Amino acid sequence: MPHVKILEEVCKGCGLCCDGICPVNILILSPGRINSNGYHPAEVTDNSKCIGCGYCFKVCPEPAIEIYK
Amino acid sequence: MQQIFGRPQGLTDVLQRYCPGCGHGVVHRIIGELLVKLNIRERTVGIAPVGCSVFADEYFNCDMIQPPHGRGPAVSTGIKRTRPNCIVFSYQGDGDLAAIGTAEIVHAAARNENITVIFINNAIFGMTGGQMAPTTLPGMRSTTSVQGRDIKKQGYPIKVCELLAGLDGPYYLVRTAVNTPKNVIATEKAIKNAFVNQVDNKGFSLVEILSMCPTNWGMTPVQAKKWTDESMIKYYPLGEYRNRAKEGK
Ligand SMILES: Cc1ncc(C[n+]2csc(CCOP(=O)(O)OP(=O)(O)O)c2C)c(N)n1
Ligand code: SF4
Ligand code: SF4
Ligand code: SF4
Ligand SMILES: [Mg+2]
Repeated sequence: MPHVKILEEVCKGCGLCCDGICPVNILILSPGRINSNGYHPAEVTDNSKCIGCGYCFKVCPEPAIEIYK
Repeated sequence: MQQIFGRPQGLTDVLQRYCPGCGHGVVHRIIGELLVKLNIRERTVGIAPVGCSVFADEYFNCDMIQPPHGRGPAVSTGIKRTRPNCIVFSYQGDGDLAAIGTAEIVHAAARNENITVIFINNAIFGMTGGQMAPTTLPGMRSTTSVQGRDIKKQGYPIKVCELLAGLDGPYYLVRTAVNTPKNVIATEKAIKNAFVNQVDNKGFSLVEILSMCPTNWGMTPVQAKKWTDESMIKYYPLGEYRNRAKEGK
């Protein structure tokens, strides 16, 4: 099963992966979590829905995303 | 469990000091992947510019040189001619390439120098605090055009692909963007072509990438991504401006 992993400490909370990019809409900026650089990192709401398309990875500038299958 | 997407070996582990949502990072990732996929990392020399990507020598996992502002194409020419087996890429911003470095890029293109140029057009001098660049759009605000760029006083933006397409020399000229997955995939293909052309000794390849600078555009990254579609791509149309591979030359 494909799934996505956010590298919380690398993420800069830009939100580019959360803005209608994901076809199954499972990425959000964490409302509660904060990393040691002071950013709200991206968060996965339901990893079982991930189709491994890689769109989130492609728009991520860091890249703070890893995708496995 | 197999990783299908992740940080490529062509990048170091150093965390990049770009602002959130900056387009430079996406282009770095693409180059980092291609260095490995094309098996050229060990013989590649990258040229870092002056600009926000001045620290690119820390980010790319290949040999790097950081010459004076705008001189990337000249330094690339020297390396490529003395070490023809090296793959040389010049990574430059719009201030670097289209202002102080205009002479170098025009002549390298005219000579059809066998190098790869990665040109990051964010319509602004990013590093120095958002001053107007030759590429700043008409009406666009910057710290040196606070009322918006006035074409009567400051003239029209320089469209680099169109300008260089007026020369017979260059082999490959293309403009892409990195604001959507579709545009990123097109950028991946274009940069790949630009490296493969050099490996095949075809000559000068330049990929102009419309890149977000949320900080100096005064926008959130998501707004910057949309503004790229609404304003940047409208003024700077995407596509190939020269591809001699297709012309069979
Ligand atoms: C000879 C010289 N002139 C001017 C500068 C100041 N300077 C540093 S970066 C820069 C422009 C950067 O803009 P750009 O190339 O568009 O890169 P960006 O930061 O937008 O990626 C300038 C003018 C310099 N470092 N050296
Ligand atoms: S890989 Fe595709 S489906 Fe999975 S989180 Fe990223 S964008 Fe969504
Ligand atoms: S695109 Fe990358 S840096 Fe931006 S929020 Fe998503 S994971 Fe974080
Ligand atoms: S100032 Fe602009 S170009 Fe420079 S790192 Fe920040 S967003 Fe990127
Ligand atoms: Mg710039």
